Amino acid sequence: MDYQEFLDSIDRKAYHEGEWRWQEGDLTVTRTNHWSPPGCHNGCGVLLSVDKDGKLVHIEGDPLAPFNGGKLCMRCLDMVEAVNHPDRLKYPLKRAGERGENKWERITWDEAYDIIVEKVNWIKETHGSHTIIFDHGTGRNIGWQLPLFASTALETPNVCNFGFTGFACYLPRMIGASAKMGEMTIIDVSETHEMRYAADTFRRPDVIMVWGNEPLKANADGFLGHWIVECMQMGSKIISIDPRLTWLGSRAEYFLQVRPGTDAALGIAMLNTIINEDLVDHDFIDKWGYGYEQLVESVQGKDADWAAEICGLDADDIRGAARLYATAESASIQWGLAFEQQLSALGVTAAACDLMGVTGNIDNPGGNLLIKCAFDIEKRYGLGDFKIPREEYAGKMTLSAGIESSDIVACAATDPLLHAVETGDPFQPQMLWIESANPLACSGMDAPRMYEAMNKIPFIVVADPFMTPTAVAHADIVLPVAMSCERNAVRTWWTPARSISKCTSYYEAKSDEQIILDLGKRLKPENWPWKDDKELSTWYLCDQYAEGGTRYEGDFEELQARGGYKYDPWDAEYYKYEKGMCRPDGQPGFDTATGRFEFWSWGYNHWGVDPMPYHIEPKDSPVSTPEKFKEYPFIATSGGRSCEFFHSEHRQLETMREFHPYPLVTIHPEAAAEYGIEDGDWVWIESTHGRCRQKAFLFPGIKKDTIHMEHAWWYPEEEAAEPSLFGVFDSNINNMTLNFETGQGGIGSGIKSFLARIYKYEPGDQMPGEKVTREGGWGDYIVGVMAGDAESAAQAAEGNAKLMKQLEDAKRVQAMKVEDADMQGRNALIYAKEHGEAAE
Amino acid sequence: MTKAILINYEYCTGCHSCEVACKKELDLPKGEFGIKVEEVGPFQFTTRPGLEGTWEWTYMPVITQACDLCADRTAEGKMPMCVQHCQAWCMYYGEAEDLVKKMDGKTRWSLITVKE
Ligand code: SF4
Ligand code: SF4
Repeated sequence: MDYQEFLDSIDRKAYHEGEWRWQEGDLTVTRTNHWSPPGCHNGCGVLLSVDKDGKLVHIEGDPLAPFNGGKLCMRCLDMVEAVNHPDRLKYPLKRAGERGENKWERITWDEAYDIIVEKVNWIKETHGSHTIIFDHGTGRNIGWQLPLFASTALETPNVCNFGFTGFACYLPRMIGASAKMGEMTIIDVSETHEMRYAADTFRRPDVIMVWGNEPLKANADGFLGHWIVECMQMGSKIISIDPRLTWLGSRAEYFLQVRPGTDAALGIAMLNTIINEDLVDHDFIDKWGYGYEQLVESVQGKDADWAAEICGLDADDIRGAARLYATAESASIQWGLAFEQQLSALGVTAAACDLMGVTGNIDNPGGNLLIKCAFDIEKRYGLGDFKIPREEYAGKMTLSAGIESSDIVACAATDPLLHAVETGDPFQPQMLWIESANPLACSGMDAPRMYEAMNKIPFIVVADPFMTPTAVAHADIVLPVAMSCERNAVRTWWTPARSISKCTSYYEAKSDEQIILDLGKRLKPENWPWKDDKELSTWYLCDQYAEGGTRYEGDFEELQARGGYKYDPWDAEYYKYEKGMCRPDGQPGFDTATGRFEFWSWGYNHWGVDPMPYHIEPKDSPVSTPEKFKEYPFIATSGGRSCEFFHSEHRQLETMREFHPYPLVTIHPEAAAEYGIEDGDWVWIESTHGRCRQKAFLFPGIKKDTIHMEHAWWYPEEEAAEPSLFGVFDSNINNMTLNFETGQGGIGSGIKSFLARIYKYEPGDQMPGEKVTREGGWGDYIVGVMAGDAESAAQAAEGNAKLMKQLEDAKRVQAMKVEDADMQGRNALIYAKEHGEAAE
Repeated sequence: MTKAILINYEYCTGCHSCEVACKKELDLPKGEFGIKVEEVGPFQFTTRPGLEGTWEWTYMPVITQACDLCADRTAEGKMPMCVQHCQAWCMYYGEAEDLVKKMDGKTRWSLITVKE
């Protein structure tokens, strides 16, 4: 793969010579980007062709766009089908029957806005704006827009991913890295350079450790997975850490098939090998490190043999992988979502950062880069929250005092909000706004519980391009959202800063930007001075209330005219910490409390989290609950991505379903044979909390005691009304996951590792939709118990054997949580005090 | 002068982009393909000397009779849809005799031509 040769070979006359919009016969072609909807974390350069009736008729990648080089994944390639899909919502709707009946009345936008404005103003006056919960998902065009709307129009601080316990998506890695090295970090595969692989200063990584994600399918966190394959063609070697064999794993030097939920132990053991075999970068540690001695001490005794037993690995492979990583000239760690969907979320994050630190693979070509969103545009989540009246801000629901008081987590915690909905304590939420989220299908852990809870909220608005199961079950008002090619928008996720240009429109669907502008002006006009989506985008690029603004110079139209991207030279620079580019005072060093890379982290310590890498055993596992393991003999993990889908999206599209018609549970062929299960059979997966049905996919690349389930499935082709709700509960792994179980500091959740059993589906078996919507679910939780209301829980459970069992379980899990915190966090704090590192 | 597609199939990840790009270009219904990626594996070799324990997992795009190497696009100077969108950057389009020079024995290549 020779990028320069590729660039030279492109016929620019045939594609474009830098224009952003032109005519090809009857077609108007626009050079822009895609990210959502349908959702995506990236933003690839596309050429969109619209015919003279304004219909999108063709999409292709822009070969001259440095981000993707013209390559597209199958989701963008199927854009014409998505945009013109007959199931799309065309008009605002108002519920006509009962919730769940799927009966709607078409209304105008003005009517919808009037209903919403009246309700919101009434709630503000009578209950306070903090009683509005704002729920949004990931990936779509909403990361800054919706918090701005929630803060400065609805004026609620209770913005979260509702039902998604433990901030279990990316936030732990972001705050962990920021605490330890002052910035976020991503691996260097040349993506910060406009000239990409041909940039003078770039050198591909010798080794890429791909850990807890399958980037080729996930394309998560602003990172296009196939960039790794390009680097492999230039010589990068792979270490794969994954419970499943992936394509990358099949080509890896080391494939470490780790037991789900034990990655932290593996990380600690790799540190042990590297430190004790003196493979560290002394120069980096001496010049830039802080607290290295504590790290050395904390990993003693936790060697490869120790971890091999915990993780189900070969100790020699752990040592081998550690040596390969440490002795490479440049090596990087491509980390993923599995990090936070285990209880050791901040512990494994610390371990991975420390691996980068001890080997000096920080901000070097082919290592882990220090990275900001381009031009400092996206500074922090929670845009505009300073405008929320203080008495309402005080109603922000949080869990962990340490992490909250540092204000690093701008969003509210979902568990206390769920508790509030269920119990009215400390207030009864009056309204739920759901935009770009489908909690029943995807993000709501314990979906049956979320279903019950949402029915207790008096007024619910859903904004989405399609009618979702969540909307059918709960919405009072549904707003039709425009797709990518129907909007003007900007976003930065690392670099470059990017824009989307509106090319067409679909019936009455409006963009998220337009909806928040319209409503913002009606609800709080003084906070919404922007004339249109372009002005709002320019303000986001350049201003955002900040003293001195951002480092972006230009406006929306200028960015659009560049074809929608502009690279930030800051991100393209290497060794920024040596050059005084990281700290506000302009001195060399890192933007941390000590100015150094913190092996012993003040941030972690301040949050009440163990400042050294730590491992917490999953609450239900062969180790924690060996008796239960006999009855539920599989370690169940989930959430691996597919090329076809972005979370709960894309299920309507015939082309995607042609490739991937059903949800698949991956089972080792020998394990399946024991249960008489054949490839393609419908299989029940059942835990002590509930069950769901997926199709057996027999695959030798998974261990015999592990199964993997797909997430976010629903069936747009099935009945919308209850009890079916598009079959949303039938294949839903969240029938088995739990809210309220988190790791240290309220961060991380255990959903990628629990115990389950499998058996064949028999015709006539009761489907979960029926169970949940008609029979109140599996009766597997007690309202209030996990939030400490043990007394009423005990009363509720009295005389009910199943609930008593759940109560015991809840108590055990609570006790383990306290024990973990005692064992790890406090001991480390005592150590630090004794060694004079921590303030008394 | 024979036009061809060269595939460095060692690196084909089975991402389906070529299949969908082609289906859309040729407007093929469900079940029909202009290019289709076939899969071998995954399995682990047990006896082959030097490969014991090594995983085999190979994808190979197969071109059907529907393929005209995107004649209209290439006439304009554009790449065939599959080649342009191949995420692994493992497909090349050009003159067979030029492409063959890339087949260096360092990776696994295959050269595909179609009936004109
Ligand atoms: S990663 Fe896929 S869906 Fe996302 S923008 Fe790129 S091609 Fe489109
Ligand atoms: S697009 Fe490329 S990597 Fe993807 S399946 Fe086709 S040939 Fe393989």
